[in-house]
Amino acid sequence: MLNNFPLWPQQASTMAAHVDALYIFLLIVCGMMTLLVFSFLIYFAARYRYRRGVPAEQIEGSTPLEITWSVIPFLIFMVIFGWGAVVYFQERTPPTDATEVYVVAKQWMWKVEHAEGQREINELHVPVGRDVKLIMTSQDVIHSFYIPAFRIKQDVLPGRYTVEWFRATKPGVYHLFCAEYCGTQHSGMVGDIVVQEPAQYEAWINGGPSGPLSATGEKIFAELGCSTCHRTDTQGRGPNLQNVFGKPVQLEDGRTVTADENYLRECILDPGAKRVKGFQPIMPTFQGLVTEEQVNALVAYIKSISASKPAESVKTTASTISPATEKVQAHGSQVQ
Amino acid sequence: MSMEIAIPQPVERENYLNKEYGVWSWLLTTDHKRIALLYLISITFFFFIGGFFALLIRLELLTPAGDLVQADTYNKLFTMHGMVMVFFFLIPSIPAVLGNFLVPLMIGARDLAFPRINLLSWYLYIIGGVMMLHCMLTGGVDTGWTFYAPFSTNYTNTKIVEAGLAIFVAGFSSILTGLNFVVTIHRMRAPGMTWSRLPLFIWAHYATSLIQLLGTPVIAVTIVLVAAERALHLGIFDPRLGGDPLLFQHLFWFYSHPAVYIMILPSMGVVTEIIPCFSRKRVFGYSFIAFSSVAIAVFGFLVWAHHMFVAGMSVYAALVFSLLSYAVAVPSAIKVFNWTATLYKGSIHYDAPMLYAFGFLGLFTIGGLTGLFLSALGINVHVTDTYFVVAHFHYIMVGGAVMGYLGGMHFWWPKISGRLYPEGWARLAALIVFIGFNLTFFPQFLLGYMGMPRRYYDYSHMPEFQVLNVLSTAGATVLGVGYLLPMVYFLWSMRYGKPAPDNPWHAAGLEWMTSSPPTTFNFEKEPVVTWEAYNYEELDAPHPKEVPVAR
Repeated sequence: MLNNFPLWPQQASTMAAHVDALYIFLLIVCGMMTLLVFSFLIYFAARYRYRRGVPAEQIEGSTPLEITWSVIPFLIFMVIFGWGAVVYFQERTPPTDATEVYVVAKQWMWKVEHAEGQREINELHVPVGRDVKLIMTSQDVIHSFYIPAFRIKQDVLPGRYTVEWFRATKPGVYHLFCAEYCGTQHSGMVGDIVVQEPAQYEAWINGGPSGPLSATGEKIFAELGCSTCHRTDTQGRGPNLQNVFGKPVQLEDGRTVTADENYLRECILDPGAKRVKGFQPIMPTFQGLVTEEQVNALVAYIKSISASKPAESVKTTASTISPATEKVQAHGSQVQ
Repeated sequence: MSMEIAIPQPVERENYLNKEYGVWSWLLTTDHKRIALLYLISITFFFFIGGFFALLIRLELLTPAGDLVQADTYNKLFTMHGMVMVFFFLIPSIPAVLGNFLVPLMIGARDLAFPRINLLSWYLYIIGGVMMLHCMLTGGVDTGWTFYAPFSTNYTNTKIVEAGLAIFVAGFSSILTGLNFVVTIHRMRAPGMTWSRLPLFIWAHYATSLIQLLGTPVIAVTIVLVAAERALHLGIFDPRLGGDPLLFQHLFWFYSHPAVYIMILPSMGVVTEIIPCFSRKRVFGYSFIAFSSVAIAVFGFLVWAHHMFVAGMSVYAALVFSLLSYAVAVPSAIKVFNWTATLYKGSIHYDAPMLYAFGFLGLFTIGGLTGLFLSALGINVHVTDTYFVVAHFHYIMVGGAVMGYLGGMHFWWPKISGRLYPEGWARLAALIVFIGFNLTFFPQFLLGYMGMPRRYYDYSHMPEFQVLNVLSTAGATVLGVGYLLPMVYFLWSMRYGKPAPDNPWHAAGLEWMTSSPPTTFNFEKEPVVTWEAYNYEELDAPHPKEVPVAR
């Protein structure tokens, strides 16, 4: 019904219905509050307008009334807060088995890489009815990946991954906007989200020329010489990366972190920051030597050689960091 | 009310305006009232510059294609609109003009505690303003008034450092004004003017001053860090050097959220003076309104990260900031209910200041309630960085703060200028502003929920947004007329307006017990206060001298 209302955005994801329900609830509650305040205002303004010989009646105030109109709004606010928080948690918690898509933002375009190897610019093809998790980073300034029809938005930052997820419910073409001001062509950083029926989508995703992203990552892994130290046995000078994704890692300084996407990324670009216990600081930094796309491919490769994804890994909430990484940041100097 | 009775004054009494003449008597004055007028002229100048930018923005958005100006020009327009309006109009508006004029008068003091610092703060404002003008004329800035790193620190080629420096200097003006008010309110109250007898305008300014004193240094530090990062690449915000761009947002909003309360609290103070006067009643719940001002100032410092729910913050931090944002909504709600209750059993007059106060109540209520939408995490994700936010904060900062400012200007204009403004025109202007404002900004709520992002100069990708944008632009032109009118008739009244009696509104408060305009030292002898604030019962009691006059 709402989709036929021209002043309402299209509803095309599972999240859209949740957000709209809360929004309508708020419209009703706030509409009633507005009506209440405005009715009193208008009634008093009309009823107590100046009449000669009718003096104003002086009233000091009333503590019971003050308490009433503090407590009741506060209780209503808490209901809104709770409901808003529940929706937010859904938005920020990607399902464990979501299809992963890597997004790299730059001034002023969106570059998308599917695990199957398909690449797109300013377009994202997704199937109806499947959970899709976007693993996003920026090459330059802060951008924000915003799909109004899905009611989701997440800033895309340089130097780390942020995550958002959705499940499309209706085939069609929807707006993709950059919602964080990013310079001259900010308003040109728009694109299309193409939601297809599963069959169509399968045809599209398998129609690409290149191999899977993890295969690209494996190639880069060999080319950059990563495999000389990160061997698949215990003899390497670097940690064995098999089955490392999603597992807790003990660090040299005694902390423990979860090896999520952000951790792997940081280890490639700033290897000294969170060094694994028992290994020497011999790895060079790859900051500036690999592109964001290559980092994504490497991360995808390392994930692909982890047999099963343990439950913790997917707790990588849609904000940047998993609870484990967060603990590290609380200890470390980085301000969140 | 009895505005029409002008007391004929054959010989003009000496007052702060006619005591001395000449440029230097103004530029070197330490009289808080003259400094208030210096501020009035300067902020009006910047208001119309900022308004001109706003008009160009609205004209560009009349059509989906980017056809009036180029992308970079548009980006500079909204940046300069924000910077000029926030730092050079809204923040100084009520405190530096009405506050400067009224704080000493209302508490029965001869001047502010530090008259020379008061003059210094105006000069700092002017230096900052001239720097900002120079910056705009020689290229401007395109980061948005929010300066987000790493765009501001590593990518833009525009004049970040100069604009930052301008705001840095103007910030000290704000700090000094706040300092002056805090000391004045503590130390210079007339005998008998206890804290519980202070007009609520003073309470609001006290709370505002605390924010100015405690918050403004943080934006100064942030600006220095941005400049240092740009010049020296220290790696504070640049992730390639180990910095964190989110750190910038935390620092920026730590000041810039409380800054919203610097804009709205004084406006609430103005409304709290107007409503009792035109209802002929003492204010409902004096102490609740007073403490809600302080509560807003305190809680206002604890909600900054609600600007960052999609910025990449931890979910748990988001929860805390959402919860605290609802906490700050409670004292605002208390105020609205108390103002409404003050009308109950009043004897209400509809002069222009009261019309502005009604306008304030309506617009602030809508602005405040849409804040509840934005604080709800699940909805925030969808509407943040869209026109929903633009509409929301304009309802607070323009609908609320500017309505209050205009209401206050009308209310105290007889005291400031010694002349009466033309009441009919003033009522018309109030109506035009109210209609124009709603027509401009209400469609933006709808645009925002539809998903139109902020800071887009070209929306040809989504032409479905045009109808609402056309409405908004139409409203902006109406609003522009509404803002020009008061300037015209205020200027007119300075020459042709009827001389104002000392207390044209029969209002309570010490400022009405001295002449209009006041003498340089405000009172002939130090007043002794023996009555409570808003003693309208005593004022309206049948009095041999003040016979009610029929219209």
